[in-house]
Amino acid sequence: MPAVYSLYIINKSGGLIYHKDYGSAGRMDTNDSLRLASLWHSMHAISQQLSPVAGCTGIELLEADTFDLHCFQSLTGTKFFVVAAPGTQNMESLLKHIYELYTDYVLKNPFYEMEMPIRCELFDINLTQAIQNDRFALLGR
Amino acid sequence: MQFFGSSEISPSPPAPTASGNYGHMMYVFNRNGVCLLYREWNRPLRTLNQQQDHKLMFGLLFSLKSLTAKMDPTSVEKGNLGVPLLPGQGCSFHSFRTNTYKLSFMESPSGIKIILVTHPRAGDLREPLKYIYNLYVEYVVKNPLYSPGTPIKSELFNTNLDQYVRGLG
Repeated sequence: MPAVYSLYIINKSGGLIYHKDYGSAGRMDTNDSLRLASLWHSMHAISQQLSPVAGCTGIELLEADTFDLHCFQSLTGTKFFVVAAPGTQNMESLLKHIYELYTDYVLKNPFYEMEMPIRCELFDINLTQAIQNDRFALLGR
Repeated sequence: MQFFGSSEISPSPPAPTASGNYGHMMYVFNRNGVCLLYREWNRPLRTLNQQQDHKLMFGLLFSLKSLTAKMDPTSVEKGNLGVPLLPGQGCSFHSFRTNTYKLSFMESPSGIKIILVTHPRAGDLREPLKYIYNLYVEYVVKNPLYSPGTPIKSELFNTNLDQYVRGLG
């Protein structure tokens, strides 16, 4: 059973710009992943409205019956979220690391257009490595 | 989704989890989305009027539930996104956390939704929510003067609830 089931990156307007699956059961078609991404974008915004205290920045962790969803929002509004097995630790640092890879291999790529789907080979390679290292780190524990 | 083995009220409330889970507010909805009860203990920020707030909360829970049912990575047949789900059907969720609050959620087999909003550092509140559900059964459902689907106006329920939630912190 993989620790990380899938990764989504959505731009500041809620459009899905990157999606990778690492072994969920059942196929999710492209339309569904696009819908889920924009649904998450709205839920994130609504959760800020319902806060009883000022200064809420949206959902960071959603605990469902069969998975945990960890979300990280960058200062520019890009959201990164991973679907992981319940109780998986260190997802915050994994998300920060993915953000680092995004700034290095996507934002610094002169051919990348902002807010558009990510198609960068180097990003793919380094991301796969990061997820794999994370899996090994989990096995070692 | 867990269904409760016995309907008997637990003799003693579950022990409070991690410290600092001070309650902000609580909602009880029935399966039609009617807000049966709204209690507030500490809410410095109000962005909407009360009715809008209840609607937004119910909408958030409804949509989050369809999101988790569709996203469930362990089931092969997930159905379509947005199709209403019966209580206990599909993958649900029990809490989410933001930087300022934690929302814990429980749905009974009859579609009663109990929502408790606490400090973000609160521990797992699934057992306390079951206890609150037991309080609801004891003081509201078993009250012969209460007609289902109407707002709860039980003094006894409110005092017991306030006492219990204050004890959590």
